[in-house]
Amino acid sequence: MASSGAKKVRSKEKPGNSPAMLPTLTPSERVDLLRKMVLIRRFEQKAAQAFMQAKIRGFCHLYIGQEAVAVGSISTLHPTDAIITAYRDHGHALARGMSSRECMAELFGKITGCSRGKGGSMHFFSKEKHFHGGHGIVGGQTPLAAGIAFAQKYNGTGEVTVCYLGDGAVNQGAFHEALNLAALWKLPVIYVIENNEYSMGTHQSRSSAGYPLVKRADGYDMAGITANGNDVDDVREKMWDAVQLARTESLPSLVEIKTYRYRGHSMSDPGNYRTKEEIAERKKESEPISMFKERLYKEKVLTEKEYEEIERQAVAEAEDAIAFAEASAEPEVATVFEDIHAPEDQIAEFRPPIGS
Amino acid sequence: MAVITMREALNQALSEEMERDGRVILMGEEVAEYQGAYKVSSGLLQKFGAKRVLDTPISESGFAGLGVGAAMQGLRPVVEFMTWSFSMVAYDQIVNNAGAIRYMSGGQYSIPIVFRGSSGAGLQVGATHSHTPENWYANVPAMTVITPAFPDDAKGLLKSAIRSNNPVCFIENEKLYGFKGEVPEGDVLTTIGQARICREGSQVTLIANSASTHVALASAEQLAADGISAEVVDLRTIKPLDIPTILASVVKTSRVVIVEENKPFAGWGAQVAYEIQHRAFDSLDAPIERVTGLDVPQPYARVLEQAVMPSAERVTEAAKKTLG
Ligand SMILES: Cc1ncc(C[n+]2csc(CCOP(=O)(O)OP(=O)(O)O)c2C)c(N)n1
Ligand SMILES: [Mg+2]
Repeated sequence: MASSGAKKVRSKEKPGNSPAMLPTLTPSERVDLLRKMVLIRRFEQKAAQAFMQAKIRGFCHLYIGQEAVAVGSISTLHPTDAIITAYRDHGHALARGMSSRECMAELFGKITGCSRGKGGSMHFFSKEKHFHGGHGIVGGQTPLAAGIAFAQKYNGTGEVTVCYLGDGAVNQGAFHEALNLAALWKLPVIYVIENNEYSMGTHQSRSSAGYPLVKRADGYDMAGITANGNDVDDVREKMWDAVQLARTESLPSLVEIKTYRYRGHSMSDPGNYRTKEEIAERKKESEPISMFKERLYKEKVLTEKEYEEIERQAVAEAEDAIAFAEASAEPEVATVFEDIHAPEDQIAEFRPPIGS
Repeated sequence: MAVITMREALNQALSEEMERDGRVILMGEEVAEYQGAYKVSSGLLQKFGAKRVLDTPISESGFAGLGVGAAMQGLRPVVEFMTWSFSMVAYDQIVNNAGAIRYMSGGQYSIPIVFRGSSGAGLQVGATHSHTPENWYANVPAMTVITPAFPDDAKGLLKSAIRSNNPVCFIENEKLYGFKGEVPEGDVLTTIGQARICREGSQVTLIANSASTHVALASAEQLAADGISAEVVDLRTIKPLDIPTILASVVKTSRVVIVEENKPFAGWGAQVAYEIQHRAFDSLDAPIERVTGLDVPQPYARVLEQAVMPSAERVTEAAKKTLG
């Protein structure tokens, strides 16, 4: 936002082929972005069905409508860069390359799930993929992100951390403490506010003072950047600036990405606080998958037939994930006492058996 | 008497107390326009207006502390945590400010505040969302901790809590919001600090609170089928603890099983067990048994969570153990 006094970065002005320039994607890489977005959409639609059949329980927050944010931003990262997010985590996990199978199995509470069935929808983890959760408490992940970035800098890995949070989460004290630490200690972390306009049933205008939210970067003398979350290319471009700043100068930034969720806050939310017309309107003007698809048609890198194949594959992958999750075993009851302590400390030996 | 749900009983208590006293205000996430995440505050915005029913940002530390400050000035805030699991980010405000300002100011301030909201496990919401923290707050010297199991108590105790000049943690259990029971109409208060015998028996005492009271009652049925007579004591208030009612039952039955959903280490049941052995040692015919949530972070998977929760079967087994 121009009104913000936050430091602005412009990669476009940087010269030619330097590594600081946003890499131009090949046509097939661009189609891959679309493929990921479609996969997330179909995966979550299948998950929603399974939730209605009570195969998935607890809280289940869908990412439908926001896919371009995760896919665009994560596409600017190295696979070893760290990602951390809140409870609306399916999209980020899939965009990072966690398998549909391990994600769906987690939703089903199966031992083959990415958190061995212990975390559920809100608590996906894959250390191997540098995906550090899935966090249920609003804002709770934001100081962790600073800590992960601290370790990256300490160890001189050259990696960066991206931390996602919602427009409601900006009002948690932990977030402000984390921003200050990140700026003060020059940590390579990018805080991405996914502004979908609502925190549960509360429109942003009733929960925050001081717009746009990215202005909060000013107070900490951090770079503040905004992007259109319905446009995967714009997300990539703006995120790239922030990632470069973190990678080359070890400086944090705050990126506000405007987006919109099409479903209820969670599967349990009837969504009476906004009209069906509002949602329909948003879909009509800026649905991220069709917007990008149309662009690829225009660029002649995608045909309708190829798109149909992408759809077919996404549905097939989501169905395969469901079948895998259904066929997977429930965790053995004895696993309830696993994963509490470091086994090498042998603390578990003193644990009384179940029910005593 | 009208038969209503726990949710409706709580709503009546809030409504009646707001009607009665203009200093009572309600604030929390989604309490006003959304009508409450669990619909406990349904209709209150319409009745009392936005000046007294306030939707807050997701800033628990901020609005819990704001509530304490307002209470220092004589308002009587009811602060809703969408669930008690989210009270943890406000822990300092509850413990150090609500819990200590009267004392450390040498008695200059009253803190007439009620923190309330849903709690509990068993609905597969995982480790971050499943806490039953009554024992954590009962550890604060000045705190009153209330955990109702039935709609009439929920109403009567919430009304008493709002009229109390002490800080109160009023901890509801999500599993009970739809539970129905008879609730007297009108201004009926339940005294804070009194347990109730909700089933009489002679051979073993089951001591429980909140949702665990219903687990204990289910176990009492199972035991009855096996010819064992169990008495069920619903504590209703964790702090202050109704020691006389507990002791009277122990003297009668000589055997005790304590049932609590929270984790075992320093759970309130440990305190109850201490009080019993200390004051009624000679009445006991068997070691006191405890059935608690297992000492693990709450798992998501159903099979695992079912193993973690106190169950009627585990209580029955423990009761039989006391009978030898
Ligand atoms: C500390 C805390 N308070 C309340 C909640 C309940 N809660 C979960 S999500 C949510 C809304 C968050 O909105 P936002 O940050 O905008 O993210 P979005 O859900 O839109 O992705 C609330 C109130 C919680 N999980 N943690
Ligand atoms: Mg939001």
